[in-house]
Amino acid sequence: MKKNLFRTFAALALSLPVVASAADLTISGAGASFPAPVYRVWTYDYGQSTGNKVEIAYQSIGSGAGINQIKDKTVDFAGSDAALTKAELDKFGLFQFPMLTGGVVIVVNLRGVPANTLKLDQAAVSGIFLGDIMAWDDPAIQKLNPGVKLPHVRITVVHRSDSSGTSFIFTNYMAKISKKWADTVGCGKAVKWPVGIGGQKNPGVCNNVARVNGSIGYTEYTYAIESNLSMVALKNRDGKFVVPNPKTFSAAGANADWKNAPGFYMVLTDQPGAESWPITGVTYILVYRDQKDAKKAEGMLKYFNWCFTTGANAALKLHYVPLAPSVVEMVRNAWKADLSCGGAPINY
Amino acid sequence: MTNNLKSIINPARSDRLFRIAAGGSAILVVALLAALLIQLGVGSAPAWRKFGLGFLIGTGWDPVANVYGALPSIAGTLLTTALALIIAIPPAFVTALWLVDAPPGIGEVLSQALDLLAAIPSVIYGMWGLFILVPLMQNRIQPFLSDTLHLGKIPFFGEYGNGFGFLTASLILALMILPYMSAVMRNVFQMTPSMLRESAFGIGCTRWETAKDIVMRYGIRGLLGGIFIGLGRALGETMAVLFVIGNVTTVPKSLYDSGTTIAATLANNFGEADGIMRAVLFALGLVLLLLALGVQVLAQYYLMMTGAKRGEQ
Repeated sequence: MKKNLFRTFAALALSLPVVASAADLTISGAGASFPAPVYRVWTYDYGQSTGNKVEIAYQSIGSGAGINQIKDKTVDFAGSDAALTKAELDKFGLFQFPMLTGGVVIVVNLRGVPANTLKLDQAAVSGIFLGDIMAWDDPAIQKLNPGVKLPHVRITVVHRSDSSGTSFIFTNYMAKISKKWADTVGCGKAVKWPVGIGGQKNPGVCNNVARVNGSIGYTEYTYAIESNLSMVALKNRDGKFVVPNPKTFSAAGANADWKNAPGFYMVLTDQPGAESWPITGVTYILVYRDQKDAKKAEGMLKYFNWCFTTGANAALKLHYVPLAPSVVEMVRNAWKADLSCGGAPINY
Repeated sequence: MTNNLKSIINPARSDRLFRIAAGGSAILVVALLAALLIQLGVGSAPAWRKFGLGFLIGTGWDPVANVYGALPSIAGTLLTTALALIIAIPPAFVTALWLVDAPPGIGEVLSQALDLLAAIPSVIYGMWGLFILVPLMQNRIQPFLSDTLHLGKIPFFGEYGNGFGFLTASLILALMILPYMSAVMRNVFQMTPSMLRESAFGIGCTRWETAKDIVMRYGIRGLLGGIFIGLGRALGETMAVLFVIGNVTTVPKSLYDSGTTIAATLANNFGEADGIMRAVLFALGLVLLLLALGVQVLAQYYLMMTGAKRGEQ
């Protein structure tokens, strides 16, 4: 009996490593939840396309947590919605490149107002999120929406309760359109919110908005669509009202000057252009400049290259905007110039 | 193999093994507590250095300027816990009292249901709170309390809001700890020797007098134990509270206000925190642990002081 038990355990112990390494190469990443829906599809599709020989594992734990993980060297790459500055990158020996463009949208739940009809300008948005505008029938909102009878309902602002790259993109926009916001709140992954309640991660914000009549919040576009929430049209820098969709997101990226952005540091909020969605963000990948494991480094770049080419369609389907081919070319050149493994270039 | 087996089940040896295992486990508990305290102390040191003891009464929470205070979280924890206990203790007590004398068939079924309720994970309560209770609070209960009963004039009620907040969180907490406390109280009541109770009935005590003077007196330790299990769970409860409290770091002014608790603040921020914020969160963890410890010590002290009065040795 006992012998049998030992045998079973021995067999189990032997089989464990075999089960764990079904793939020849496992690359792990962690970070931003903003692009996580795409990364999930990509890792699955890529695994399939390599016959499950290469496994990419991505944990959507938030940008800040992802950066902490790569600093602790527990993951091979990190995803972040807040770009690190050149100085920060150099301090930790990290390299960053853009992966996707996406939009942060403003969602509302207001009984009696048809879905996706509400329009807001800079003054109204900043007034609401600063707590200066307290009710939906405020003249500042009513005058932008002449055709709609706005109810006298108190505004409930919903923001992120955790630290997040989505909040960074949103507060960056707010700081650009409102001096008062820039002076009193500022821009960051977590800030001192003047009003409102917090929801955890994108789904938490969507849930809270969906529960409360009169609420307004911000979330990544895909989550807003999945939760079937009503989205707000915003007045952009050129004074035109634009609705959020991949077309207006990519318009915001069209004028970006990547050539003069050291370390690809770029924030796409409040960009010029008649079609530009004002709260557009870039999400980044962080890797170590000097790679330790040649096989892993090669596998990683192969995967990222696949994302830029074959993966672009999947991203479009999920309402994200892939990088323009010219920017991808710049990223590839930067890989060649800046990444190495033990001093040798990485072939992918 | 068989020799080996025999030597293991050799009575003297197995006795010693058992003693070592049992003693080791007991020491491990103390060691774990000490390790936790040390970890929290070391981790939180930068926060104490930067903010001093003023951290405990600081009200700011500004991650951009790196200014943090613990008062909103501490106040929120104490308020939700106290409210939850006030709401939950009476029904827990009478439920337990009733279950002891309940007709066998129904009593069995209800007891089982109570135990089952106690086993439901807190995240389920949180989801129920978010999807059912929050809209109910916003559309029915808060307007009823404020407009129909005119409680709005009383301080601490104030203008009602969006359904999230302290009252909702406390209700959820009360609901969560009620079955726990009730189950423990029921077990305590069942331990009262039936001779004592029957004698009480025999000299003409009413049911309430029997409960108050015999059952409660006999089982006061267990009764308080039950309350403390509920209190402990309410103090540290994270997910259920996080769903409905609104997650805002402000000191509560009204029951309808949104706020936060220590546990919710930790859960919201720990994953992304670094630098001084991480130290601040460790400091909050330390405060929570000390709060629980303080409550425990107070309870023991109370029992010790009142022991003689109850006729304990």
